[in-house]
Amino acid sequence: MKIDIILCGVGGMGALSTAAIISKAALDMGMYMKQAETHGMSQRGGDVQSHLRLSDKEIASDLIPDGQCDLILSVEPMEALRYLNFLNKDTGWVITNENPFINISNYPEKEEVIAEVKKVKNSIVFDADQIAREAGNPKGTNMVVLGAASKYLRIDIEKLEDAIKDIFSRKGEAIVNANIDALRAGRKVADNI
Amino acid sequence: MEKLLLLGDEAIAQAAIDAGLSGIFGYPGTPSTEITEYIQGSKEAKEKGIRSNWGANEKTAMEAALGMSYAGKRAMFTCKHVGINVAADPFMNSAITGANGGLIYIAADDPSMHSSQDEQDSRFFADFAMIPVLEPSNQQEAYDMVHYAFDLSEEFHIPVMMRITTRLAHSRAGVVRRAQRVQNEIKLHENPKQFILLPAIARKQYRELLAKQEPLMKAAQTSGYNKFIPGKDKSLGIIACGLSYNYLMENFQNEVCPYPILKITQYPMPEEMVNQIYEECDSILVLEEGQPLYERLLRGLLNKGKKVMGRLDGSIPRDGELNPAIVGSALGLPVSKGLPIPSIVAPRPPKLCVGCPHIDSYNAINEAMVEYGVGKVFSDIGCYTLGALPPYNAIYSTVDMGASITMAKGAAEAGLRPAVAVIGDSTFTHSGMTGLLDCVVDNVPVTVLILDNETTGMTGSQDSSATGRIEAICQGIGVHPDHIRVLNPLKKFHEENLQVVKEELAYQGVSVIIPRRDCIVAANKKRKAGKA
Repeated sequence: MKIDIILCGVGGMGALSTAAIISKAALDMGMYMKQAETHGMSQRGGDVQSHLRLSDKEIASDLIPDGQCDLILSVEPMEALRYLNFLNKDTGWVITNENPFINISNYPEKEEVIAEVKKVKNSIVFDADQIAREAGNPKGTNMVVLGAASKYLRIDIEKLEDAIKDIFSRKGEAIVNANIDALRAGRKVADNI
Repeated sequence: MEKLLLLGDEAIAQAAIDAGLSGIFGYPGTPSTEITEYIQGSKEAKEKGIRSNWGANEKTAMEAALGMSYAGKRAMFTCKHVGINVAADPFMNSAITGANGGLIYIAADDPSMHSSQDEQDSRFFADFAMIPVLEPSNQQEAYDMVHYAFDLSEEFHIPVMMRITTRLAHSRAGVVRRAQRVQNEIKLHENPKQFILLPAIARKQYRELLAKQEPLMKAAQTSGYNKFIPGKDKSLGIIACGLSYNYLMENFQNEVCPYPILKITQYPMPEEMVNQIYEECDSILVLEEGQPLYERLLRGLLNKGKKVMGRLDGSIPRDGELNPAIVGSALGLPVSKGLPIPSIVAPRPPKLCVGCPHIDSYNAINEAMVEYGVGKVFSDIGCYTLGALPPYNAIYSTVDMGASITMAKGAAEAGLRPAVAVIGDSTFTHSGMTGLLDCVVDNVPVTVLILDNETTGMTGSQDSSATGRIEAICQGIGVHPDHIRVLNPLKKFHEENLQVVKEELAYQGVSVIIPRRDCIVAANKKRKAGKA
């Protein structure tokens, strides 16, 4: 089994903590993993991405080759499009929040962005912010998107929940539960499609 | 043993802790910063008393590391590639003095310039200084090599460079730990005078360095880190250095590579192994994550030997980092393609954070400069470099750490009025202080703005050596106290701040303006930490 995932967003939106959760779950399942992140300058409001590779065999490259990514998971719709060159155009999925994060003057029309996402063969684009709010965790958009993606990740959602418990345990039970609630709410979206 | 999920940087740090490190020395710089940060945050390192504060700059840090090695203990130095330029003096000369306690210099290179002003390849520096290099291809190798590098350094009494690149530094993987080694006791070298580089001693030491080259090459032949992997198709032999080996292997996931491969992760390049692949194969492809150092050597000036392919003949792009597709294309393999990126996708460059104090500083500077015209503000390296982008368009140079003050000085000496420098607090104590002294000595009319956010911001809020010391430093250097002006860069003080900037621009001497307010990211971090 091999899964290549790109997690993306804008600096500070939680793309990198999502990556940490999936990585932890994969490592606990005894899988090999490599996860290349963006640090440094781009974290100041620029685009950030993480290449996350999971496999039951040893992994060579830290970077996903073009056209071989199984899943693009994004907390921002235009950022999901930025990495389409990596997506496997036949079998790859794009799962993204639909709400733009606009910190540039030339951000395209939201409708155009959503239309482009929907052109991808397999995509889910939804209001993850709204679902996070409904789940009582308005900051949990990244967890909602991860929950929706969990259906296609081939990692049990329970393993992801364990990873959340482990990673957020220092921040207290309330934070752990809020994130798990957001994760489950996101999963429900994917299950209902 | 325990398996940890670590960034390449963190694997190096954990290995150093486990290998008996006594001190880490460095200055923050992407992609190297997390090495020192990991040690600063490690409970184990604290219990072991490993020293880990940031240095004022790479030169002071490297010299301190050399001092710890002189005393017989294991020391590690870390910096980004351009940090080696700053530390070049101790770097070159410590190859000649040699090391006593194990001494590792980590150079984290940034091909493709993700967060840098150039993509220089630190292996050139090591080749220049004639010290061995280890260039791990993955996190586990990085961990293991730190142990080996300390041993190699102590065996040959020589500093060892470990060269990593962004993709290893900032990529996470599972790493298996080894047993821990205790720290060295203080023990001076049997010949401590080797550190006195008077010409007579330096000549002797230099000959010793030259004599070490042959056995160091033998070590690279026998250590097991360089591997010859046989292949049936001798039409091509591939020399894959460091991380490039992974990109090569990515192209052969479900089959065996038909070509012989020489995987290089330890230098000096083992001549016998290179000779073997060169003799065996009709042509050679050299894969280097960085600049074509060994490709050029193998090819030679006249390029009259066997066909050597790589960055110089166009088989691989001349600049930028490698990836699986680039390597696959060079081998003539079919390369998979994804979907085209829609044309509506707009670039999202980094920018100053909402609430950043630099925004208020630039608003004041820009307004004060209106009457003087553009092109008169020199800047430096840090978050405030983003003042070069819209909507600010406020600065006109960013060259190297500290160059804002000295370039403003030179421009002022050419007659440019006013000449303004914008530099951050940490960059000021890194390399700005000496330039300010030059300004004072020559009494050149420059206006220096030291944007003091009381942290090293761009690299993620590391302690700044400048915090709490800037006015005293400037006074000590000789700036007149009347022309050291402290501002609070907040919107509500804009008018009075603007007035101060205008006054100092009009002053025909050295003046320093210090807009001081907490970095917003650091302030938020502090607040969150306070809550938890």
